Amino acid sequence: MAIIKTHKLTKTYGRARGICELDLTVDEGEFFGIIGPNGAGKSTTIRTLLGLIAPTSGSAEIFGRDITKERQVILRDIGYLPSEAIFYSGMKVKDILRFSAQLRGCDCRRECERLAEELQLDVSRKVDELSFGNRKKVGIVCALQHEPSLLILDEPTSGLDPLMQKVFFDILRERNLKGTTIFLSSHVLSEIQRHCSRAAIIRDGAVIACDSVEELAKTNAHRVVVHGDVDPTPLAGVRDLTRTDESVSFLYSGSMKALLDVLAAGQVRDLTVTEPDLEDVFLHYYEKDGENA
Amino acid sequence: MTIVRHEIRLGRIPFLIWTAAIGFMMVICIVMFPEMKGQMAGVSEVFASMGAFTAAFGMDRLSFGTFLGFYAVECGNILGLGGAFYAALTAASLLSKEEKDRTAEFLLTHPVRRGRVVLEKLAALVILITAMNLILYGMAVGTTAAIGETIPWKEMSLMHLAYYLLQLELGGIAFGLSAVLRRGSAGVGIGMAVMMYFLNLLNNISDKAKWLRYITPFAYCEGADIVENVSLDGTLLAVGMALMLAGWAAAFLIYTKKDIR
Repeated sequence: MAIIKTHKLTKTYGRARGICELDLTVDEGEFFGIIGPNGAGKSTTIRTLLGLIAPTSGSAEIFGRDITKERQVILRDIGYLPSEAIFYSGMKVKDILRFSAQLRGCDCRRECERLAEELQLDVSRKVDELSFGNRKKVGIVCALQHEPSLLILDEPTSGLDPLMQKVFFDILRERNLKGTTIFLSSHVLSEIQRHCSRAAIIRDGAVIACDSVEELAKTNAHRVVVHGDVDPTPLAGVRDLTRTDESVSFLYSGSMKALLDVLAAGQVRDLTVTEPDLEDVFLHYYEKDGENA
Repeated sequence: MTIVRHEIRLGRIPFLIWTAAIGFMMVICIVMFPEMKGQMAGVSEVFASMGAFTAAFGMDRLSFGTFLGFYAVECGNILGLGGAFYAALTAASLLSKEEKDRTAEFLLTHPVRRGRVVLEKLAALVILITAMNLILYGMAVGTTAAIGETIPWKEMSLMHLAYYLLQLELGGIAFGLSAVLRRGSAGVGIGMAVMMYFLNLLNNISDKAKWLRYITPFAYCEGADIVENVSLDGTLLAVGMALMLAGWAAAFLIYTKKDIR
Protein backbone atom coordinates (compact mmCIF):
# COMPACT_ATOMS: atom_id res chain seq x y z
CA MET A 1 0.00 0.00 0.00
CA ALA A 2 1.26 3.47 -0.85
CA ILE A 3 1.73 5.59 2.26
CA ILE A 4 2.79 8.68 0.33
CA LYS A 5 1.74 9.26 -3.25
CA THR A 6 2.18 12.51 -5.12
CA HIS A 7 0.84 13.23 -8.58
CA LYS A 8 2.36 16.09 -10.57
CA LEU A 9 2.78 17.97 -7.28
CA THR A 10 3.79 21.55 -8.02
CA LYS A 11 4.55 24.48 -5.78
CA THR A 12 5.73 27.83 -7.06
CA TYR A 13 6.46 30.93 -5.00
CA GLY A 14 5.48 33.74 -7.29
CA ARG A 15 7.92 33.31 -10.14
CA ALA A 16 10.35 31.20 -8.14
CA ARG A 17 10.24 27.45 -8.52
CA GLY A 18 9.69 25.23 -5.53
CA ILE A 19 8.84 21.84 -6.97
CA CYS A 20 7.55 21.04 -10.42
CA GLU A 21 5.26 18.12 -11.32
CA LEU A 22 6.82 15.89 -8.72
CA ASP A 23 5.74 12.23 -8.83
CA LEU A 24 6.71 10.08 -5.89
CA THR A 25 5.39 6.91 -4.28
CA VAL A 26 6.50 5.58 -0.91
CA ASP A 27 5.15 2.21 0.18
CA GLU A 28 4.27 1.02 3.65
CA GLY A 29 7.27 -0.03 5.71
CA GLU A 30 9.84 1.55 3.40
CA PHE A 31 12.93 3.41 4.54
CA PHE A 32 12.86 6.01 1.80
CA GLY A 33 15.27 8.84 1.17
CA ILE A 34 15.17 11.90 -1.04
CA ILE A 35 18.48 13.40 -1.86
CA GLY A 36 19.48 16.57 -3.59
CA PRO A 37 21.55 19.70 -3.16
CA ASN A 38 20.32 22.67 -1.13
CA GLY A 39 17.46 24.39 -2.89
CA ALA A 40 16.54 21.31 -4.93
CA GLY A 41 13.04 21.24 -3.43
CA LYS A 42 13.40 18.66 -0.65
CA SER A 43 12.04 20.90 2.08
CA THR A 44 9.33 22.28 -0.20
CA THR A 45 8.19 18.71 -0.87
CA ILE A 46 8.08 17.93 2.84
CA ARG A 47 6.36 21.19 3.78
CA THR A 48 3.74 20.62 1.12
CA LEU A 49 3.12 17.05 2.31
CA LEU A 50 2.67 18.35 5.86
CA GLY A 51 0.18 20.98 4.76
CA LEU A 52 2.29 23.95 5.85
CA ILE A 53 2.09 25.25 2.30
CA ALA A 54 -0.62 24.57 -0.25
CA PRO A 55 0.29 22.98 -3.60
CA THR A 56 -0.06 25.27 -6.62
CA SER A 57 -1.27 22.32 -8.68
CA GLY A 58 -1.19 18.55 -8.65
CA SER A 59 -2.16 16.42 -5.70
CA ALA A 60 -0.76 14.25 -2.96
CA GLU A 61 -2.14 11.60 -0.68
CA ILE A 62 -0.83 10.28 2.61
CA PHE A 63 -2.44 7.12 4.06
CA GLY A 64 -4.77 7.36 1.03
CA ARG A 65 -6.11 10.74 2.21
CA ASP A 66 -5.84 14.03 0.37
CA ILE A 67 -3.26 16.29 2.02
CA THR A 68 -5.24 19.48 1.49
CA LYS A 69 -8.59 18.14 2.70
CA GLU A 70 -7.65 15.85 5.57
CA ARG A 71 -4.52 17.46 6.90
CA GLN A 72 -5.46 17.15 10.53
CA VAL A 73 -6.34 13.43 10.34
CA ILE A 74 -3.13 12.68 8.46
CA LEU A 75 -0.95 14.59 10.94
CA ARG A 76 -2.23 12.48 13.81
CA ASP A 77 -0.15 9.57 12.61
CA ILE A 78 2.93 11.45 11.41
CA GLY A 79 6.05 12.32 13.34
CA TYR A 80 7.97 15.23 11.81
CA LEU A 81 11.52 16.31 12.52
CA PRO A 82 12.37 19.67 10.94
CA SER A 83 15.91 20.34 9.75
CA GLU A 84 16.23 23.12 12.30
CA ALA A 85 14.26 22.42 15.45
CA ILE A 86 13.04 25.68 17.00
CA PHE A 87 10.84 25.90 20.07
CA TYR A 88 9.14 28.50 22.21
CA SER A 89 11.69 30.65 23.97
CA GLY A 90 11.56 30.49 27.76
CA MET A 91 10.07 27.01 27.94
CA LYS A 92 11.69 23.99 29.51
CA VAL A 93 12.33 20.88 27.45
CA LYS A 94 9.84 18.83 29.45
CA ASP A 95 7.16 21.49 28.96
CA ILE A 96 7.74 21.46 25.20
CA LEU A 97 7.46 17.67 25.16
CA ARG A 98 4.29 17.77 27.23
CA PHE A 99 2.80 20.53 25.05
CA SER A 100 3.50 18.44 21.95
CA ALA A 101 1.86 15.37 23.52
CA GLN A 102 -1.15 17.42 24.62
CA LEU A 103 -1.61 18.83 21.12
CA ARG A 104 -1.78 15.23 19.96
CA GLY A 105 -4.10 14.34 22.82
CA CYS A 106 -1.94 11.42 23.85
CA ASP A 107 -0.29 10.33 27.04
CA CYS A 108 3.09 9.15 25.88
CA ARG A 109 5.15 9.85 28.99
CA ARG A 110 6.73 6.41 29.07
CA GLU A 111 7.96 6.52 25.50
CA CYS A 112 9.05 10.11 26.05
CA GLU A 113 11.15 9.16 29.07
CA ARG A 114 12.64 6.19 27.26
CA LEU A 115 13.65 8.31 24.26
CA ALA A 116 15.06 11.13 26.39
CA GLU A 117 17.19 8.63 28.25
CA GLU A 118 18.41 6.93 25.10
CA LEU A 119 19.33 10.27 23.53
CA GLN A 120 20.79 11.58 26.80
CA LEU A 121 18.52 14.59 26.77
CA ASP A 122 18.24 16.64 29.96
CA VAL A 123 14.55 17.56 30.07
CA SER A 124 14.86 20.02 32.94
CA ARG A 125 16.83 22.57 30.91
CA LYS A 126 15.39 25.55 29.11
CA VAL A 127 15.30 25.23 25.32
CA ASP A 128 17.11 28.57 24.92
CA GLU A 129 20.17 27.12 26.64
CA LEU A 130 20.40 24.13 24.33
CA SER A 131 22.93 23.68 21.55
CA PHE A 132 21.74 23.04 18.01
CA GLY A 133 22.28 19.29 18.46
CA ASN A 134 20.41 19.16 21.74
CA ARG A 135 17.50 21.08 20.26
CA LYS A 136 17.48 18.47 17.53
CA LYS A 137 17.12 15.79 20.19
CA VAL A 138 14.05 17.58 21.55
CA GLY A 139 12.70 17.53 17.99
CA ILE A 140 13.40 13.82 17.74
CA VAL A 141 11.48 13.04 20.93
CA CYS A 142 8.57 15.19 19.71
CA ALA A 143 8.56 13.30 16.42
CA LEU A 144 8.80 9.83 17.93
CA GLN A 145 7.07 9.87 21.32
CA HIS A 146 3.56 9.22 20.00
CA GLU A 147 4.81 6.26 17.95
CA PRO A 148 3.49 7.39 14.56
CA SER A 149 3.24 5.05 11.59
CA LEU A 150 5.00 7.54 9.28
CA LEU A 151 8.12 9.50 10.13
CA ILE A 152 9.07 12.48 7.99
CA LEU A 153 12.59 13.67 8.71
CA ASP A 154 14.13 16.74 7.08
CA GLU A 155 17.92 16.46 7.16
CA PRO A 156 17.72 14.44 10.37
CA THR A 157 21.40 14.18 11.23
CA SER A 158 22.50 17.79 10.77
CA GLY A 159 23.82 18.98 14.12
CA LEU A 160 24.06 15.53 15.71
CA ASP A 161 27.49 14.14 16.56
CA PRO A 162 28.41 10.76 15.00
CA LEU A 163 27.64 8.84 18.19
CA MET A 164 24.20 10.39 18.44
CA GLN A 165 23.61 9.80 14.73
CA LYS A 166 24.19 6.11 15.38
CA VAL A 167 21.84 6.03 18.38
CA PHE A 168 19.23 7.86 16.33
CA PHE A 169 19.49 5.57 13.33
CA ASP A 170 19.36 2.53 15.62
CA ILE A 171 16.04 3.83 16.95
CA LEU A 172 14.83 4.48 13.41
CA ARG A 173 15.80 1.00 12.26
CA GLU A 174 14.04 -0.52 15.25
CA ARG A 175 10.90 1.47 14.43
CA ASN A 176 11.20 0.55 10.77
CA LEU A 177 11.36 -3.17 11.66
CA LYS A 178 8.14 -2.73 13.62
CA GLY A 179 6.50 -1.40 10.45
CA THR A 180 6.99 2.37 10.63
CA THR A 181 7.45 3.99 7.24
CA ILE A 182 10.36 6.40 7.18
CA PHE A 183 10.75 9.24 4.71
CA LEU A 184 13.88 11.31 5.06
CA SER A 185 15.65 13.99 3.10
CA SER A 186 19.37 14.48 3.03
CA HIS A 187 22.18 15.94 1.05
CA VAL A 188 24.62 13.35 2.38
CA LEU A 189 24.77 10.49 -0.07
CA SER A 190 26.40 8.01 2.30
CA GLU A 191 23.64 8.51 4.84
CA ILE A 192 21.01 7.54 2.29
CA GLN A 193 23.09 4.65 1.03
CA ARG A 194 23.66 3.26 4.48
CA HIS A 195 20.12 3.43 5.79
CA CYS A 196 17.53 3.67 3.04
CA SER A 197 16.07 0.85 0.98
CA ARG A 198 14.90 3.13 -1.79
CA ALA A 199 15.73 6.69 -2.75
CA ALA A 200 14.81 9.46 -5.13
CA ILE A 201 17.26 11.97 -6.49
CA ILE A 202 15.75 15.39 -6.80
CA ARG A 203 17.08 18.36 -8.65
CA ASP A 204 15.54 21.63 -9.76
CA GLY A 205 12.28 20.62 -8.13
CA ALA A 206 11.81 17.35 -9.98
CA VAL A 207 12.67 13.69 -9.43
CA ILE A 208 15.43 12.76 -11.86
CA ALA A 209 15.90 9.20 -10.62
CA CYS A 210 14.07 6.94 -8.20
CA ASP A 211 15.16 3.40 -7.50
CA SER A 212 16.44 0.99 -4.89
CA VAL A 213 19.59 2.25 -3.27
CA GLU A 214 21.60 -0.68 -4.72
CA GLU A 215 20.54 0.27 -8.23
CA LEU A 216 21.34 3.93 -7.66
CA ALA A 217 24.65 3.00 -6.08
CA LYS A 218 25.59 0.85 -9.08
CA THR A 219 25.31 3.81 -11.32
CA ASN A 220 27.17 5.85 -8.73
CA ALA A 221 30.78 5.54 -9.62
CA HIS A 222 33.67 6.04 -7.22
CA ARG A 223 35.99 8.94 -7.45
CA VAL A 224 39.53 7.57 -7.79
CA VAL A 225 42.52 9.85 -7.26
CA VAL A 226 45.97 8.38 -7.84
CA HIS A 227 49.21 10.21 -7.11
CA GLY A 228 51.92 8.64 -9.23
CA ASP A 229 52.06 7.27 -12.73
CA VAL A 230 49.05 5.22 -13.78
CA ASP A 231 47.24 4.95 -17.08
CA PRO A 232 43.54 4.19 -16.55
CA THR A 233 42.52 4.53 -20.22
CA PRO A 234 42.30 0.77 -20.91
CA LEU A 235 39.67 0.43 -18.17
CA ALA A 236 35.98 0.26 -18.98
CA GLY A 237 33.79 2.62 -17.00
CA VAL A 238 36.12 5.58 -16.66
CA ARG A 239 34.61 9.05 -16.92
CA ASP A 240 35.53 12.61 -16.11
CA LEU A 241 39.25 11.87 -16.40
CA THR A 242 41.61 14.67 -15.43
CA ARG A 243 45.40 14.48 -15.35
CA THR A 244 48.02 16.69 -13.83
CA ASP A 245 51.76 16.13 -13.74
CA GLU A 246 51.42 14.60 -10.32
CA SER A 247 48.09 12.81 -10.32
CA VAL A 248 45.20 11.23 -12.18
CA SER A 249 41.58 11.63 -11.12
CA PHE A 250 38.57 9.87 -12.62
CA LEU A 251 35.08 8.57 -11.93
CA TYR A 252 35.09 4.81 -12.07
CA SER A 253 32.10 2.50 -12.30
CA GLY A 254 33.69 -0.70 -13.61
CA SER A 255 35.05 -3.81 -11.96
CA MET A 256 37.23 -3.36 -8.90
CA LYS A 257 39.53 -6.22 -9.93
CA ALA A 258 40.35 -4.56 -13.25
CA LEU A 259 41.08 -1.32 -11.41
CA LEU A 260 43.42 -3.07 -8.96
CA ASP A 261 45.26 -4.73 -11.83
CA VAL A 262 45.85 -1.42 -13.55
CA LEU A 263 46.97 0.17 -10.31
CA ALA A 264 49.32 -2.72 -9.59
CA ALA A 265 50.93 -2.32 -13.00
CA GLY A 266 51.59 1.39 -12.44
CA GLN A 267 53.50 3.52 -9.94
CA VAL A 268 51.24 4.50 -7.02
CA ARG A 269 52.53 6.86 -4.35
CA ASP A 270 49.15 7.60 -2.85
CA LEU A 271 45.61 6.51 -3.56
CA THR A 272 42.14 7.64 -2.49
CA VAL A 273 38.89 5.98 -3.52
CA THR A 274 35.91 7.97 -2.34
CA GLU A 275 32.20 8.16 -2.97
CA PRO A 276 31.44 10.56 -5.73
CA ASP A 277 30.08 13.83 -4.45
CA LEU A 278 26.55 14.75 -5.35
CA GLU A 279 27.62 16.75 -8.35
CA ASP A 280 29.24 13.62 -9.77
CA VAL A 281 26.00 11.70 -9.30
CA PHE A 282 23.97 14.40 -10.95
CA LEU A 283 26.50 14.63 -13.73
CA HIS A 284 25.90 10.96 -14.31
CA TYR A 285 22.12 11.40 -14.51
CA TYR A 286 22.37 14.41 -16.73
CA GLU A 287 24.63 12.54 -19.10
CA LYS A 288 22.11 9.71 -19.20
CA ASP A 289 19.32 12.18 -19.90
CA GLY A 290 21.43 13.61 -22.65
CA GLU A 291 21.88 10.20 -24.25
CA ASN A 292 18.17 9.52 -24.14
CA ALA A 293 17.28 12.81 -25.72
CA MET B 1 -7.74 24.51 25.66
CA THR B 2 -4.12 23.41 25.27
CA ILE B 3 -3.17 26.38 23.11
CA VAL B 4 -5.14 28.82 25.30
CA ARG B 5 -3.16 27.69 28.35
CA HIS B 6 0.07 27.78 26.37
CA GLU B 7 -0.55 31.34 25.13
CA ILE B 8 -1.47 32.63 28.57
CA ARG B 9 1.65 31.03 29.97
CA LEU B 10 3.84 32.62 27.30
CA GLY B 11 2.10 35.99 27.76
CA ARG B 12 2.09 36.12 31.55
CA ILE B 13 5.20 38.30 31.99
CA PRO B 14 4.11 41.10 29.60
CA PHE B 15 0.64 40.83 31.11
CA LEU B 16 1.95 41.35 34.63
CA ILE B 17 4.24 44.19 33.58
CA TRP B 18 1.55 46.10 31.68
CA THR B 19 -1.09 45.54 34.36
CA ALA B 20 1.30 46.65 37.09
CA ALA B 21 2.45 49.70 35.13
CA ILE B 22 -1.03 50.92 34.21
CA GLY B 23 -2.41 50.08 37.65
CA PHE B 24 0.45 51.84 39.39
CA MET B 25 0.00 55.04 37.37
CA MET B 26 -3.75 55.03 37.96
CA VAL B 27 -3.31 54.56 41.68
CA ILE B 28 -0.74 57.40 41.85
CA CYS B 29 -3.13 59.64 39.95
CA ILE B 30 -6.08 58.89 42.21
CA VAL B 31 -3.98 59.30 45.37
CA MET B 32 -2.84 62.73 44.15
CA PHE B 33 -6.41 63.98 43.81
CA PRO B 34 -7.16 65.04 47.43
CA GLU B 35 -4.03 67.16 47.49
CA MET B 36 -4.82 68.74 44.14
CA LYS B 37 -8.49 69.31 44.84
CA GLY B 38 -7.83 72.43 46.92
CA GLN B 39 -5.70 74.02 44.24
CA MET B 40 -8.03 72.93 41.46
CA ALA B 41 -10.25 75.97 41.38
CA GLY B 42 -7.50 77.95 39.70
CA VAL B 43 -6.18 75.09 37.64
CA SER B 44 -9.59 74.31 36.22
CA GLU B 45 -9.86 77.78 34.80
CA VAL B 46 -6.43 77.50 33.23
CA PHE B 47 -7.25 74.14 31.73
CA ALA B 48 -10.61 75.35 30.54
CA SER B 49 -9.10 78.24 28.60
CA MET B 50 -6.55 76.51 26.44
CA GLY B 51 -8.73 76.38 23.35
CA ALA B 52 -8.17 73.42 21.12
CA PHE B 53 -6.03 71.71 23.71
CA THR B 54 -8.90 71.92 26.18
CA ALA B 55 -11.33 70.52 23.66
CA ALA B 56 -8.98 67.76 22.61
CA PHE B 57 -9.09 66.22 26.05
CA GLY B 58 -12.73 67.00 26.68
CA MET B 59 -11.79 69.44 29.44
CA ASP B 60 -14.17 72.06 28.13
CA ARG B 61 -16.99 69.89 29.37
CA LEU B 62 -15.40 68.23 32.38
CA SER B 63 -14.53 69.91 35.63
CA PHE B 64 -11.09 69.10 36.86
CA GLY B 65 -12.14 70.12 40.33
CA THR B 66 -14.55 67.21 40.81
CA PHE B 67 -13.30 63.67 41.29
CA LEU B 68 -15.29 62.40 38.33
CA GLY B 69 -13.96 65.07 35.97
CA PHE B 70 -10.42 64.50 37.16
CA TYR B 71 -10.78 60.74 36.86
CA ALA B 72 -12.29 60.90 33.39
CA VAL B 73 -9.37 62.94 32.01
CA GLU B 74 -6.35 61.67 33.93
CA CYS B 75 -7.15 58.04 34.49
CA GLY B 76 -9.05 57.84 31.24
CA ASN B 77 -5.89 58.70 29.35
CA ILE B 78 -3.75 56.26 31.31
CA LEU B 79 -6.20 53.39 31.03
CA GLY B 80 -7.10 54.33 27.47
CA LEU B 81 -3.60 54.56 26.05
CA GLY B 82 -2.03 51.87 28.23
CA GLY B 83 -4.82 49.40 27.62
CA ALA B 84 -4.90 50.16 23.90
CA PHE B 85 -1.13 49.63 23.63
CA TYR B 86 -1.27 46.36 25.49
CA ALA B 87 -4.22 44.99 23.54
CA ALA B 88 -2.91 46.00 20.12
CA LEU B 89 0.63 44.88 20.85
CA THR B 90 -0.41 41.50 22.19
CA ALA B 91 -2.95 40.81 19.47
CA ALA B 92 -0.72 41.92 16.60
CA SER B 93 1.92 39.38 17.54
CA LEU B 94 -0.32 36.44 18.45
CA LEU B 95 -0.33 34.75 15.04
CA SER B 96 2.62 36.49 13.41
CA LYS B 97 5.09 35.57 16.15
CA GLU B 98 4.81 31.90 15.22
CA GLU B 99 6.34 32.67 11.85
CA LYS B 100 8.70 35.37 13.09
CA ASP B 101 10.13 33.11 15.80
CA ARG B 102 9.85 30.14 13.45
CA THR B 103 7.75 28.06 15.82
CA ALA B 104 4.88 27.78 13.32
CA GLU B 105 6.47 24.69 11.85
CA PHE B 106 6.37 23.03 15.26
CA LEU B 107 2.82 24.06 16.11
CA LEU B 108 1.19 23.42 12.75
CA THR B 109 2.67 19.98 12.13
CA HIS B 110 0.63 18.75 15.06
CA PRO B 111 -2.85 17.43 14.31
CA VAL B 112 -4.56 20.72 15.08
CA ARG B 113 -6.88 22.53 12.69
CA ARG B 114 -5.65 26.00 11.76
CA GLY B 115 -9.11 27.25 12.72
CA ARG B 116 -8.63 25.86 16.21
CA VAL B 117 -5.25 27.59 16.50
CA VAL B 118 -6.89 30.92 15.59
CA LEU B 119 -9.83 30.33 17.94
CA GLU B 120 -7.70 29.36 20.92
CA LYS B 121 -5.29 32.25 20.43
CA LEU B 122 -8.26 34.60 20.22
CA ALA B 123 -9.68 33.11 23.40
CA ALA B 124 -6.34 33.67 25.13
CA LEU B 125 -6.36 37.32 23.99
CA VAL B 126 -9.88 37.91 25.32
CA ILE B 127 -9.00 36.23 28.62
CA LEU B 128 -5.85 38.34 29.07
CA ILE B 129 -7.63 41.61 28.23
CA THR B 130 -10.57 40.73 30.49
CA ALA B 131 -8.31 39.78 33.40
CA MET B 132 -6.33 43.00 33.05
CA ASN B 133 -9.47 45.14 33.06
CA LEU B 134 -10.96 43.38 36.07
CA ILE B 135 -7.75 43.92 38.02
CA LEU B 136 -7.50 47.58 36.97
CA TYR B 137 -11.17 48.18 37.80
CA GLY B 138 -10.64 46.66 41.24
CA MET B 139 -7.54 48.80 41.82
CA ALA B 140 -9.33 51.99 40.73
CA VAL B 141 -12.38 51.38 42.90
CA GLY B 142 -10.25 50.31 45.86
CA THR B 143 -7.99 53.38 45.66
CA THR B 144 -10.97 55.72 45.27
CA ALA B 145 -12.47 54.26 48.42
CA ALA B 146 -9.11 54.55 50.18
CA ILE B 147 -8.81 58.31 49.57
CA GLY B 148 -12.29 58.79 50.98
CA GLU B 149 -14.07 59.89 47.80
CA THR B 150 -17.60 58.66 47.10
CA ILE B 151 -17.32 56.14 44.32
CA PRO B 152 -19.28 57.28 41.25
CA TRP B 153 -20.21 53.65 40.49
CA LYS B 154 -22.22 54.16 37.36
CA GLU B 155 -19.94 56.56 35.53
CA MET B 156 -16.77 54.83 36.61
CA SER B 157 -18.06 51.39 35.61
CA LEU B 158 -19.22 52.72 32.25
CA MET B 159 -15.80 54.28 31.59
CA HIS B 160 -14.04 51.06 32.42
CA LEU B 161 -16.50 49.09 30.30
CA ALA B 162 -15.92 51.43 27.37
CA TYR B 163 -12.15 51.08 27.61
CA TYR B 164 -12.53 47.31 27.90
CA LEU B 165 -14.54 47.25 24.68
CA LEU B 166 -11.99 49.58 23.06
CA GLN B 167 -9.23 47.13 23.88
CA LEU B 168 -11.26 44.24 22.49
CA GLU B 169 -11.90 46.21 19.31
CA LEU B 170 -8.28 47.25 18.77
CA GLY B 171 -7.22 43.74 19.75
CA GLY B 172 -9.61 42.26 17.21
CA ILE B 173 -8.34 44.46 14.37
CA ALA B 174 -4.70 43.83 15.32
CA PHE B 175 -5.42 40.10 15.50
CA GLY B 176 -6.69 40.21 11.92
CA LEU B 177 -3.50 42.00 10.87
CA SER B 178 -1.41 39.46 12.73
CA ALA B 179 -2.66 36.74 10.38
CA VAL B 180 -1.12 38.67 7.46
CA LEU B 181 2.08 39.89 9.09
CA ARG B 182 5.28 37.92 9.36
CA ARG B 183 7.32 40.59 11.10
CA GLY B 184 6.98 44.13 12.38
CA SER B 185 3.87 43.32 14.37
CA ALA B 186 4.92 45.46 17.36
CA GLY B 187 5.20 48.57 15.22
CA VAL B 188 1.87 47.93 13.57
CA GLY B 189 0.16 47.37 16.92
CA ILE B 190 1.54 50.47 18.63
CA GLY B 191 1.13 52.52 15.46
CA MET B 192 -2.53 51.64 15.17
CA ALA B 193 -3.22 52.44 18.84
CA VAL B 194 -1.47 55.82 18.62
CA MET B 195 -3.20 56.70 15.38
CA MET B 196 -6.63 55.91 16.82
CA TYR B 197 -5.85 58.05 19.87
CA PHE B 198 -4.89 61.07 17.78
CA LEU B 199 -7.86 60.62 15.45
CA ASN B 200 -10.05 61.09 18.52
CA LEU B 201 -8.18 64.25 19.53
CA LEU B 202 -8.88 65.60 16.04
CA ASN B 203 -12.50 64.56 16.36
CA ASN B 204 -12.72 66.54 19.60
CA ILE B 205 -10.99 69.64 18.21
CA SER B 206 -12.56 70.08 14.80
CA ASP B 207 -16.20 70.02 13.79
CA LYS B 208 -15.14 69.01 10.29
CA ALA B 209 -13.51 65.86 11.64
CA LYS B 210 -16.57 64.55 13.48
CA TRP B 211 -16.88 61.60 11.09
CA LEU B 212 -13.63 60.27 12.58
CA ARG B 213 -15.63 59.15 15.60
CA TYR B 214 -16.89 56.21 13.56
CA ILE B 215 -13.34 55.05 13.02
CA THR B 216 -11.66 55.52 16.36
CA PRO B 217 -12.87 53.55 19.36
CA PHE B 218 -11.61 56.33 21.63
CA ALA B 219 -14.75 58.23 20.57
CA TYR B 220 -17.08 55.97 22.54
CA CYS B 221 -14.71 56.18 25.52
CA GLU B 222 -14.94 59.98 25.72
CA GLY B 223 -15.19 60.67 29.44
CA ALA B 224 -17.15 63.92 28.94
CA ASP B 225 -19.89 62.11 26.99
CA ILE B 226 -20.09 59.29 29.50
CA VAL B 227 -20.34 61.68 32.44
CA GLU B 228 -22.95 63.79 30.60
CA ASN B 229 -25.16 60.96 29.34
CA VAL B 230 -24.38 58.23 31.88
CA SER B 231 -24.52 55.80 28.97
CA LEU B 232 -22.38 54.66 26.03
CA ASP B 233 -23.13 55.65 22.42
CA GLY B 234 -24.84 52.59 20.93
CA THR B 235 -24.13 53.49 17.30
CA LEU B 236 -20.42 54.05 17.84
CA LEU B 237 -20.23 50.84 19.86
CA ALA B 238 -22.00 48.86 17.14
CA VAL B 239 -19.55 50.16 14.51
CA GLY B 240 -16.65 49.32 16.81
CA MET B 241 -17.82 45.81 17.53
CA ALA B 242 -18.43 45.23 13.82
CA LEU B 243 -14.79 46.22 13.15
CA MET B 244 -13.67 43.83 15.87
CA LEU B 245 -15.67 40.98 14.36
CA ALA B 246 -14.25 41.82 10.93
CA GLY B 247 -10.76 41.48 12.41
CA TRP B 248 -11.64 38.09 13.86
CA ALA B 249 -13.16 36.92 10.58
CA ALA B 250 -10.13 38.12 8.61
CA ALA B 251 -7.83 36.18 10.93
CA PHE B 252 -9.81 32.97 10.34
CA LEU B 253 -10.11 33.41 6.59
CA ILE B 254 -6.47 34.34 6.05
CA TYR B 255 -4.74 32.06 8.50
CA THR B 256 -6.58 28.88 7.51
CA LYS B 257 -5.33 29.29 3.93
CA LYS B 258 -1.95 30.86 4.49
CA ASP B 259 1.37 29.38 3.34
CA ILE B 260 3.55 29.07 6.43
CA ARG B 261 7.19 30.07 6.03
